[in-house]
Amino acid sequence: MFSRAYRMVITVPPVAWVAVFLLIPYLLMFCYSFWSVSSTQSIVHSWNFDNYRKLLEKPVYWETLLRSMWIAARVMLFSLFLGYPLAYFMSFYAGRRKDLLYQLVIIPLWVSYLVRAYAWKTILGSDGVLNTSMQYLHLTRHPLEFLLYSPFAVVLTLTHIYTPFAFLPIYAALEHIPRNLVEASHDLGATPAQTFWHVIFPLSIPGVVAGATFAFVLSLGDFLAPLLLGGPSGIMISNIVVSLFGAAYNWPLGAAISLGMLLLVLCLLFLSEKLEKKWSFA
Amino acid sequence: MELRMTDAANSSRSRWLVAHTTAVFAFLYLPIAVLIVYSFNGEGVGGFPPHHWTLDWYRILLSDESIWDSVFNSLKVAFAAMAISLTFGVPAALALDRANFPGKALFRRLVLLPLILPGIITGLSLLMLFNVGFVSTILKLVTGQQLSLLTITLGHGTALISVATTEVFAGLQKLDRRQEEASLDLGANYWQTFWRITVPNLKLSIIGAALLIFTLSMDEIAVSFFLIGRDNTLPLEIWGRLRRGITPEINAISTIIFLFSLVTIVFWYRLRVRGEGGAEVGMELIEAKSGEAK
Amino acid sequence: MAATTPSAIDSVSSAAKPTLLSIRAVAKTFGRNVVLRNISLEIAEGEFLTILGESGSGKTTLLRIIAGFESATSGEVWMGAERLDRKPPYRRRVNTVFQHYALFPHLSVEENVGYGLRVAKRPAAEIAERVAQALEKVRMTAYAKSKPSKISGGQQQRVALARALVNRPQMLLLDEPLSALDANLRRQMQVELKSLQREVGIAFVFVTHDQEEAMVMSDRIALLRSGELEQVATPRDIYSFPATAYAAQFIGHTNLLKGEIRAGMAECNGLRWKTSLPDGPALFSLRPEHIRTGDSGASSSIRVRGRVVHQAFHGATELIRVDCGGLVLTVRTANRIEPDKEIALEFTATDAVPVRESPERT
Repeated sequence: MFSRAYRMVITVPPVAWVAVFLLIPYLLMFCYSFWSVSSTQSIVHSWNFDNYRKLLEKPVYWETLLRSMWIAARVMLFSLFLGYPLAYFMSFYAGRRKDLLYQLVIIPLWVSYLVRAYAWKTILGSDGVLNTSMQYLHLTRHPLEFLLYSPFAVVLTLTHIYTPFAFLPIYAALEHIPRNLVEASHDLGATPAQTFWHVIFPLSIPGVVAGATFAFVLSLGDFLAPLLLGGPSGIMISNIVVSLFGAAYNWPLGAAISLGMLLLVLCLLFLSEKLEKKWSFA
Repeated sequence: MELRMTDAANSSRSRWLVAHTTAVFAFLYLPIAVLIVYSFNGEGVGGFPPHHWTLDWYRILLSDESIWDSVFNSLKVAFAAMAISLTFGVPAALALDRANFPGKALFRRLVLLPLILPGIITGLSLLMLFNVGFVSTILKLVTGQQLSLLTITLGHGTALISVATTEVFAGLQKLDRRQEEASLDLGANYWQTFWRITVPNLKLSIIGAALLIFTLSMDEIAVSFFLIGRDNTLPLEIWGRLRRGITPEINAISTIIFLFSLVTIVFWYRLRVRGEGGAEVGMELIEAKSGEAK
Repeated sequence: MAATTPSAIDSVSSAAKPTLLSIRAVAKTFGRNVVLRNISLEIAEGEFLTILGESGSGKTTLLRIIAGFESATSGEVWMGAERLDRKPPYRRRVNTVFQHYALFPHLSVEENVGYGLRVAKRPAAEIAERVAQALEKVRMTAYAKSKPSKISGGQQQRVALARALVNRPQMLLLDEPLSALDANLRRQMQVELKSLQREVGIAFVFVTHDQEEAMVMSDRIALLRSGELEQVATPRDIYSFPATAYAAQFIGHTNLLKGEIRAGMAECNGLRWKTSLPDGPALFSLRPEHIRTGDSGASSSIRVRGRVVHQAFHGATELIRVDCGGLVLTVRTANRIEPDKEIALEFTATDAVPVRESPERT
């Protein structure tokens, strides 16, 4: 139906832009990861695997990566734990208040990421809102120091930030379940609990997978929350990249780590896509 | 449907769900509440209970020129990024919907990738591009600096094409192709059909995308972090102050931003409810995100 | 035929079999919208009852109240000595075949069929055996392992039937189960469904908007209009003795004659015949096939002349419209009669069936 000229006009400009500003940068990152830095801090364009060797040999890199994944995994689990029942309640029990509640979940998403992370800092600090109010209520005598500058603070903050992201696809999946399937299940003698486990939950799995992927991938690459609230024990893999691109000035090594992260993320996306396909029955 | 609450098991189940829902909302809103309350607290941040209400922090904020400079910078970046994202994102959605070309699958994945990828990867890869000899020469010729608001704008504009594309693509799926066929049949050419039929039908998607891009750009920090020159955007200005320590005027500016976002949401919500009888703000985005790379 | 009155047939058929389900003064409102009012209906064991009505008549709501997906605003539903309307759907020994089948997309055909037995925690061996039998009965054994999305609409229909029947319900509810099928398959399924019902011997409550389908399949038809029962009778009775003008028009073609009765004589548009009805305004339904063309000379006939204004071919018969000076009659004839022709018509007084007016309802 559309002429050749029409198709050219809609295709060429975006493809060109994306090639220059997305494809080439990713390729550059790929190239950098095989280069190195000389003693005079200039980039040496000689191709080798030294950066990748370093990643495997120096425990600080893969230990930090593992810690990041552990933090991301906890964020994922907590977000699902908070998000799933919320989505289930809203989809099946909230009735007319559904739209309002949906907006209420969305609103925090529109509040600056940075501002919310900062708000947690003012809550968790040793003279923060939580500690001072606990002392005020005589629950504790001294401030609890482990609250801030710890992996706990990072996990808590990221959970707060990514729970709506986990919630949304789950809610979408639940909303897409035809209600007559729920009725059919009841009709065939299944109690609400049986209906949940045999019908509703299996059909919501694509949403759960998508939500889990968001929470995990987005928190895995985070570097601001750890800088703000993590302290030395809450350092994540992206923080290392940031310092390699900044003070430490080793772009090639930083590129190698970024590329590793990119590959990990792509694998996860691929995996979640497979899982979602396996569990969708459109 | 109406779930029957006839037996005890069922109602205890729903009571448990109500408790859980309340707790989740409390968790989601606690930081926001703290932020707002302490922006009026004379003692600054922390300390319970808050006492001695004051507007001092708002007064300090008003006379703080570097904050307002950064707000102005952010606005410039956001509008320019919006222009870039729409200029390339709308045709990209059309191309994905109605053109076949070699590398289409790769193009689709690439466009959407910044949505799900941690910002640090997008930011760093662009930094490497801007560091390439002749690219940096061009940048310096244009702005006098290698990194500046221009590079941040390019970064935001590129990353947020994904938003424009997903929103408009979703709109195109709902568009009845026969309307365009009827227009062509009645003698309008492609250009006329595009402006008279396609764009009016996509109006809501485009406005929605523009609002989203604007808001996301105003708040963006992970990409900007690596592309920043001399001039700060608002999030980077806030970030700089947070690194120096807790400063209560941040509460004040955050409260203002929050109220501003709230107004935007209500505006968009109204728009969507009127337009489609549904209020799934950002649902397309999320669904596109979850179906990303497909 | 004229000797048997409709009430006599009704009492015979309901006396023959014990009542299974009794709906007592059920009403349903959604907000200010009245969907059902004062519905009382008894369904006998082994009966094939069709709830017939236009869209919006409340027929699906009535079915959903029996199934337990909606609760009645007032009234009661009893099954034998057991009050049904306070029980959740999963405690009722009633199963439903849904309009779009509602097969579970993530379960295979056999898992769908075995669902009710599985949640009832029957032993695995029993489930396997009963599922196999049920699939056999609907000839779907070959597709046992398929997912519902991989089989055709007619096959999904059979699986939905097997899934409901395998639980041995006391009653099967069917919500427009054939509406998604094309005309040929639809007629075939009507026959299959009817013979399946005879075979399993349980009561079927079948909802449809298609009067032809209702006529073909049902033992009795409950005709619903705007949330009220218009008439409950066998297909034959509802056709021959429609209680109301609406019933007469909804089921088959008819001519409605509006007139007046005075001293044992009915008078409509200049036609007069003897009647035993009391004086007052009256409405009669006269089926097109009860009007004959020509003049037989029989003394009991009422005669009228008119001009053919329209003619339409209906396969075995033709339907013509005849203008008899203001009164336009639809007549079924065996032969083609050209428009504009002047013809003579006659009918017998007993074929003009008195019906009640059907007042507008909101």
